[in-house]
Amino acid sequence: MTTTTPTAPRSLLSRQHLIDPDVCIRCNTCEEVCKPRAIRHDARQYAIDFETCNGCGDCLPPCPTGAIDSWRQVERPYTTDQQLAWDALPDDAKPQGSQGEGDAPASAGSRASGIPEDVARIVAEATRTAGPVPPPWSAAHPYVGLYGPDRPAMATVVGNHRLTDADAGSDIRHIVLDFGKTAFPVLEGQSIGVLPPGTDELGRPHHVRLYSVASPRDGERPRHNNLAITVKRITEDRDGNPVKGVASSWLCDLPRGATVPVTGPYGASFLMPNHPGSNLLLVCTGTGAAPMRAMTERRRRRLALGEGGEILLFFGARRPGELPYFGPLQKLPRTLVDVELAFSRVPERPREYVQDRIRARKDDVVRLLRSDDTHVFVCGLRKMEEGVLAAFAEVAASSGMDWPTLFERLRREGRFHLESY
Amino acid sequence: MSIDYATKIPNNVDLSGNKTLQRALEQWQPRYLEWWKEMGPIESPAWDVYLRTAISVDPQGWAHFDYVKMPDYRWGIFLAPPEPDRRIGFGQHRGQPVWNEIPGEYRSNLRRIIVTQGDTEPASVEQQRHLGMTAPSLYDLRNLYQVNVEEGRHLWAMVYLLHAYFGRDGREEGDELLARRSGDENKPRILGAFNERTPDWLSFFMFTFLTDRDGKYQLAALAESGFDPLARSTRFMLTEEAHHLFVGESGVGRILQRTAEIMTKHRITDPAQVRAHGVIDIPTIQRYLSFHFSVTLDLYGSEVSQNASTFYSSGLKGRFEEGKIEDDHDLSGVAYPVLHPEGDRLVTREENALMTLNERLRDDYVKDCQAGVDRWNKILQKAGVEERLHLPHKAFNRRIGLFAKSHVSPDGRVVSEAEWASKKAEWLATDDDHAFVASLMGRVTQPGQFASYIAPPARGIGNQPVDFAYVRFD
Repeated sequence: MTTTTPTAPRSLLSRQHLIDPDVCIRCNTCEEVCKPRAIRHDARQYAIDFETCNGCGDCLPPCPTGAIDSWRQVERPYTTDQQLAWDALPDDAKPQGSQGEGDAPASAGSRASGIPEDVARIVAEATRTAGPVPPPWSAAHPYVGLYGPDRPAMATVVGNHRLTDADAGSDIRHIVLDFGKTAFPVLEGQSIGVLPPGTDELGRPHHVRLYSVASPRDGERPRHNNLAITVKRITEDRDGNPVKGVASSWLCDLPRGATVPVTGPYGASFLMPNHPGSNLLLVCTGTGAAPMRAMTERRRRRLALGEGGEILLFFGARRPGELPYFGPLQKLPRTLVDVELAFSRVPERPREYVQDRIRARKDDVVRLLRSDDTHVFVCGLRKMEEGVLAAFAEVAASSGMDWPTLFERLRREGRFHLESY
Repeated sequence: MSIDYATKIPNNVDLSGNKTLQRALEQWQPRYLEWWKEMGPIESPAWDVYLRTAISVDPQGWAHFDYVKMPDYRWGIFLAPPEPDRRIGFGQHRGQPVWNEIPGEYRSNLRRIIVTQGDTEPASVEQQRHLGMTAPSLYDLRNLYQVNVEEGRHLWAMVYLLHAYFGRDGREEGDELLARRSGDENKPRILGAFNERTPDWLSFFMFTFLTDRDGKYQLAALAESGFDPLARSTRFMLTEEAHHLFVGESGVGRILQRTAEIMTKHRITDPAQVRAHGVIDIPTIQRYLSFHFSVTLDLYGSEVSQNASTFYSSGLKGRFEEGKIEDDHDLSGVAYPVLHPEGDRLVTREENALMTLNERLRDDYVKDCQAGVDRWNKILQKAGVEERLHLPHKAFNRRIGLFAKSHVSPDGRVVSEAEWASKKAEWLATDDDHAFVASLMGRVTQPGQFASYIAPPARGIGNQPVDFAYVRFD
């Protein structure tokens, strides 16, 4: 018989959205854009009504000062009257009779969701162009935040092989993690957090790194409690300066049998639709292929069920040898997935990008965009975002569709998902 | 090869659906770029600047941050989304549906309003074109350029309206907007304050705090317009304008912060001693404030104005936050108090509210400025410095309107010509002040480094750290 030690009851904390009066210049932009009208002001100050604020995040980008990006964990939310009387935000060490959390950048909808702040921040950053979008209506219900940094799930490496050619400039790996008897349910499109061992130069634990799951929900090996991630060894920063990626180098060098602390799963929006006849319009570059691989693999395994629905995949890399999953991709039947590859650095061939292929397949793209069953997923480097969105806009406009309106509708209906890094 | 304007001029006005308009703007675009090259920020074309670009008007799409070379900035035409069933909220057409075409009888007045607003946008870019050479940090340099490209976009917004709704006249006005030059004797900009120099960064911050705030009030009044395309254009411009106000308020605030730090650290108050530490003394900051404030007040025009009354009655230009005011929105039988000079006194007289809309907008503006000055004073108070900044009286140093011929002191006394002459140097920035401030203007190009006279900001831009390389020169 086991006994449990009684612990002091912990009250539930809410994450309250506030405005920093020290930084705010009272320009009224937030109040202007707030659809639910949660923001009010008096002659001196601005305040957000906790009950009315729906966490949509619309007020965050237009704020010129960042004052709106202020958050506190509270036991009892501050009223607007309390906020209007402030000259500065309350001490974040002990707000409203609870533990303080300090300023943490926002992720809309993460209130009370069990998502650590650094994960919320990464997700907000990755989805900042298209913003928060609901999941497809037919997506399965995801489990989110089962394991946090203070109590990660321990996974074992059961596979680690290189996906890119030996002579390719980039080292991209397919790493399979097994969870043994620990429950770790994931859906295609979700991510997991990995905690690299050791500390940074200031002696703090490394922050969590997010990787998209590259395998379907029933496991990399069907009916096994495992999943795959796609990891690129980071050798240079965004500006091209040489660096050694802490987490990616560690992961890429892990032998079979090594243990990896994993948090998550994360993601309740970038999820595949499940209804028969749903179409997938996928656009990715590099390791952005991971969620696409998960979705196409799910469909492949269910091919015999004849659920129908098209998959059109645009996939870009510098050259064929750097395209993760290039070999397996070639073997997929065209009836399952229609693949368009774009290579930007093949000697003696003009540089081609995914957006060029989108334009080339205009008719099919338009046909798919016209269908209410189509869901668009875009994942890859930030650099490709603009070109891809422009190509969609152009293709749509060329056939008389009003892209801004359509884009808005797709987002609203949870049918346009974009993640970039 | 045809140019793809669907991507070249980003817009949400279905530009490709109107070939005539598209062609007209297609011809204006290279002239605009020529103007930018000639009169835009000097030496900057090759630099990568971490800018916010509007890629659509919804909250997620309009603040997109990335490195951009300024000539490649995607100046576009963005109107706030239409409000379904919007109705005119004031004047004789109150309650009628808003116009999407211009009623013939209001054509010339609307044109005048749009041209006057449009002219201020390139003017401020011209006024500020040298400032990049003396930026106190990369953070500030980036903010300057953000302000500049957005003023450029505001010009686009106005030129779009001129081209789309005023035919040939509008196109000619569009060209004129590129032909006038700030401070040019032969072809000056339309409004006085936009022909003044912006010689240093204290002037720039005062300008963005005070003069761009006039922009906010004018735009907010136009956002009430019965002519819906103008209302929607200006409503979106207001979101960008907010950043300019932030640059000004925080810029002066950071200068005050630094000055206060030096004053308390060395326990000094004497301006000469303060200056010796490489920071700007508070009396000098006060004189800059008094100058920019008074010059900006003139932008609102005469206190009693038939034009303003006509603009309002005909539904072209409303009051600030017209929709939130609870009255008859007609104003013909209502009075509004207006200050007049009378001998050596200032007296308040009730005037017809319809004739005094300029003054009302000016009064709203003064309140907003006062709130900002109060926040600056809080910085001084927190730092333990006793001095405070004050807005001068609204009759001080005016060139337009009822006080143009009077001399009024900052505390609101009518003074003699002799007293004005003897005190002027205490009240308004002098050549000596300008020379001193200019002497501090060095160029700082190391990320995270700041000139001696200004404190670092509390936060970076777009979630980046303060020491981020906001501008890359190679």
